Amino acid sequence: MLAGEGPFFVTYTHQMEEPGNLEIALKNTTGKPVDGNRFLGVTTEFEYGVRAWWTTELYVEGQSTNHDSTLFTGYRWENRFRVLEHEHWINPVLYLEFENINGADRSLLEVVGHDSQDDLTGLNATTRREKEREIEAKLILSSYVRGWTIAENFIAEKNVRHEPFEFGYAVGVSRPLALAARPADCAFCPENFQAGLELYGGLGTHRNLGLAGTSHYVAPTLAWALPNGPTLMVSPGFGLTGQSAGFLLRFGVSYEIAQFGRMWRKRS
Amino acid sequence: MRLMKIACCLLALTASGKTLLQQPPAQEMSRLNPYAALLQQAQAGHKLFLRECASCHGRRAEGTGRVPALASPTVKQAPAGAIFWVLRNGSLRHGMPSFAHLPEQQRWQIVTYLKALK
Repeated sequence: MLAGEGPFFVTYTHQMEEPGNLEIALKNTTGKPVDGNRFLGVTTEFEYGVRAWWTTELYVEGQSTNHDSTLFTGYRWENRFRVLEHEHWINPVLYLEFENINGADRSLLEVVGHDSQDDLTGLNATTRREKEREIEAKLILSSYVRGWTIAENFIAEKNVRHEPFEFGYAVGVSRPLALAARPADCAFCPENFQAGLELYGGLGTHRNLGLAGTSHYVAPTLAWALPNGPTLMVSPGFGLTGQSAGFLLRFGVSYEIAQFGRMWRKRS
Repeated sequence: MRLMKIACCLLALTASGKTLLQQPPAQEMSRLNPYAALLQQAQAGHKLFLRECASCHGRRAEGTGRVPALASPTVKQAPAGAIFWVLRNGSLRHGMPSFAHLPEQQRWQIVTYLKALK
């Protein structure tokens, strides 16, 4: 099945990982800030459905920068909790994450506070020394309406040592290219494709809340679920403000191992 | 431990007095399947079943471990609207996820397939 976030790279929906299933995803982001070198941020994601209402996820991150170096930048551990038992018009999910990354991280899994393209220009040898141990919370709201997925995320992030609370947002809409499935197995059936659009950016800090000096991106997205196989995703993102990187290309692949938990228990 | 878990599930079921397929509101139960008994839609439903449901319920819907069989008289006799409601809402307490992310048409196709099972 299609990954938990539909075709989105940044925005979350209320879809949870099925209990016992393990999804492994590789998500990459490449871009070139105005005063910096081209980079490739690589994130490997392990998502596991602990319960129908609880999904946990581990991210391992690294990056490579042209004319600089390749390095491991840290890890994140996130948990998502579905709050309401049944489906409603709007479905809330609570998200809690601990990040232990360094300043050289280029995964851009969210944009918060006054994040800007200047954060992407430093030399790896310098920026890797900057420790970012952060707690991040999100309120995920999403709905499924007549085949459309509509999701809104409100983000609050806090460095555990210092710095103010930073805020951000992500919103996305998506839809499969066909609502009903075709009877035959086919790789190119329109129901295997989901197209969408996401918009995300920073909202400043609690000391300086607002849009001034913040980055924002708009990004069309496309996901293609191969029959009995992986899901491929691509999303070109365009910076909307002077602080944003002009262009980001995200691409990824995910694969779900059904009932991994049961297989693991049987073996042990 | 496993026996205790099964006992707890049964207890929860008896406490609420209703099986999952008996829980939907009457209005939902009475919804009609627009694809009822259409062979092509059942075939599409089979394809979706293999992708979305078979990992837990088995490739022939025979059930696996504590996950119930769907090729059963209970499902066969249940109103199509009740199965559709369960697919949309799931049951977080019993470990059944929601499949609301699938468009309505695809959920009805799965219902059509389940009702066609022998």
